[in-house]
Amino acid sequence: MGTYIIRRLLWVLVLLFAVTALTFVVFTVLPSADPALLRAGRQPSPQLVEQIRKNFGLDRPKYEQFCNYVGDISPVWFFDCRNRHVLGIIPSLKTPDVKAPDFGFSYQNDTPVIDQITSRLPATIGLTVGAVLIWLLIGLTVGTISAIKSRSLVDRLSMGAALIAISAPVYWLGLVSLFLFSNDIGKVHIFRGAGSYQPITDGVFGWAAALVLPWLVLAAAFSAFYARLLRGNLIETMSEDYIRTARAKGLNERRVIFRHGMRSAITPIVTILGLDIGILLGGAILTESVFNIPGIGRLAYDSIARSDLPVIQGTVLFGAFFIVIMNLIVDIAYAFLDPRVRY
Amino acid sequence: MATAAREGKTPLLEVKDLKVHFETDDGIVKAVDGISYTVDRGQALGIVGESGSGKSVSSLTVMGLTRSRNAHISGEILFEGRDLLNASDEEMRHVRGNDIAMIFQDPLSSLHPFYKVSTQLVEAVRAHKDVSKAQALDRAVEMLGLVGIPEPRRRVHSYPHEFSGGMRQRVMIAMALANDPKMIIADEPTTALDVTVQAQILELMERLQAELDTAVVIITHDLGVVAEMADEIAVMYAGRIVERAPTRPLFAQPQHPYTWGLLGSIPRLDSPRDEEIVPIPGRPPSLITLPGGCAFHPRCPYVRDRHRKVEPTLEPVEGSPDHRVACLLETGTRRKLWEELQSGKRPDAAREAVALEDRS
Repeated sequence: MGTYIIRRLLWVLVLLFAVTALTFVVFTVLPSADPALLRAGRQPSPQLVEQIRKNFGLDRPKYEQFCNYVGDISPVWFFDCRNRHVLGIIPSLKTPDVKAPDFGFSYQNDTPVIDQITSRLPATIGLTVGAVLIWLLIGLTVGTISAIKSRSLVDRLSMGAALIAISAPVYWLGLVSLFLFSNDIGKVHIFRGAGSYQPITDGVFGWAAALVLPWLVLAAAFSAFYARLLRGNLIETMSEDYIRTARAKGLNERRVIFRHGMRSAITPIVTILGLDIGILLGGAILTESVFNIPGIGRLAYDSIARSDLPVIQGTVLFGAFFIVIMNLIVDIAYAFLDPRVRY
Repeated sequence: MATAAREGKTPLLEVKDLKVHFETDDGIVKAVDGISYTVDRGQALGIVGESGSGKSVSSLTVMGLTRSRNAHISGEILFEGRDLLNASDEEMRHVRGNDIAMIFQDPLSSLHPFYKVSTQLVEAVRAHKDVSKAQALDRAVEMLGLVGIPEPRRRVHSYPHEFSGGMRQRVMIAMALANDPKMIIADEPTTALDVTVQAQILELMERLQAELDTAVVIITHDLGVVAEMADEIAVMYAGRIVERAPTRPLFAQPQHPYTWGLLGSIPRLDSPRDEEIVPIPGRPPSLITLPGGCAFHPRCPYVRDRHRKVEPTLEPVEGSPDHRVACLLETGTRRKLWEELQSGKRPDAAREAVALEDRS
């Protein structure tokens, strides 16, 4: 187990390095525009552009730029890229005023990308956690009932509703729900509308009230997906031989379903849940955009709209980081969930 | 062996004209179509037949495990005189695992892969007895020891996949015996096991049955499995019992052509090595549209015209009231046919020898 985790952690590093290389190629080797020009602002003098090019090392060879780029991101780096010699592996060798990971500075407002990301992380986490709780509550409840009462009216109705919820795109559902239920443009003024987000530090109630609608909209499709998934898993599990054994032992039906059936049916869902959380922590772009929540998804969207390359790079890497880490957590969790899994 | 006489006249289990029909999209599947049998205390009954003959369904029905919206169950199932067919689900829950326990075919898929053996055994005990977990665990360890698992106190904390196939089946048996049931239904208990392990498991079951005086119903497709252990054998075909007799006469004087077929398809140690095993031709019939007359007639080498129209009933064989058979052939003809078959003739030759008129 220990060696497995270490091996997986090394793989995480390899994977993150690969993603870093890919973003570097996409955004630096094949840039959509000259980075120096983008950074220089409106109608810059050629001298200024040249100055920026020199200051940011954009005139240096690409491999040296990549070396620096990786070095800035890595919390522990040991190489002087220009002179090509090892500096050591002690973080304090880095200039103390630069935080690691350093994704560079935004073209738009010259603030460090990492600061932008960390300042927007709470909103994304808040949105994700709330939505996850809601969709687990709804999805697992509906899925269980549907499976137990399979082919009943309840089952058919909830699976019909699930199909609609899965098919409805988030941006459409978001806008429709705003037009129906928000307290500014809605027909019925129930929930706070777009742009009402406030940090949790300004009051839990206001934070939650502003997030109710985004939570529900984001959770809708996921609830439906999880309900369908659990229903299918549970129906399949309930026809397993060991369920028959459990019944033959004389256990009551509730115990058969929840201790024996659910235990197996829920395992694949843990996998999906881990990955979904990873993806959402990387930014729920559509939901955050529709409801104007200042999260990482919104940051990514804005930076793409403004060709703000360092920020795009930063959000992409950040998203990749969450997905890779959640993947690792899921795989490790699996060893505890399924005793047959041995690493 | 306990007998019905000692316990009064009530048999432990009495099944009367049991029918289990399932409604499916293709039609009504008559899985079990009017079977009757009794099991006395401490007795071992073997139910033999091919897959799809209704042997498993009938036993699952005794356990109340076939109840569902699309199942139509009729007849009578009396356990110690109690009507199990009309018992509530909660009453049946108390019967299952407590009065009647069950052992299944594949011990790997029949044990929950995510729970330790200790958990599954403790759960089985505590489903019926108000004891602490520690007490239930002691019982679990005791049972594992009884079924011959070495180091039971340590092994009880293993997961099912950490046992070998035979050991897993021993765990299943231990679980079934945990509450001292009066009857155990073993559904193909050795089919999924290696041949050498099969013998060990059968030996174990035989020993335990004798020691604990538990009644056993063994369901199998293999007459060889029940030959040693069963006191009585019922042969099932297409949802019905076609022959029922105490074990000795059944092997000595089998009456039904289907039983002959089953016996003919077992390799025997005492027969010449190059002797061919004679399979029963054809396949079991669809339980939705049964052949008219005797359900076995399409596969019977001795079929006559009348057999396609008249349904045989299970009736005592002349001269031996314990031996019952559902066959339209005359007793004398059957005796001659069996003698010819025993002399090594193939079914076709036997028919010629007895000069049975042709199939037409």
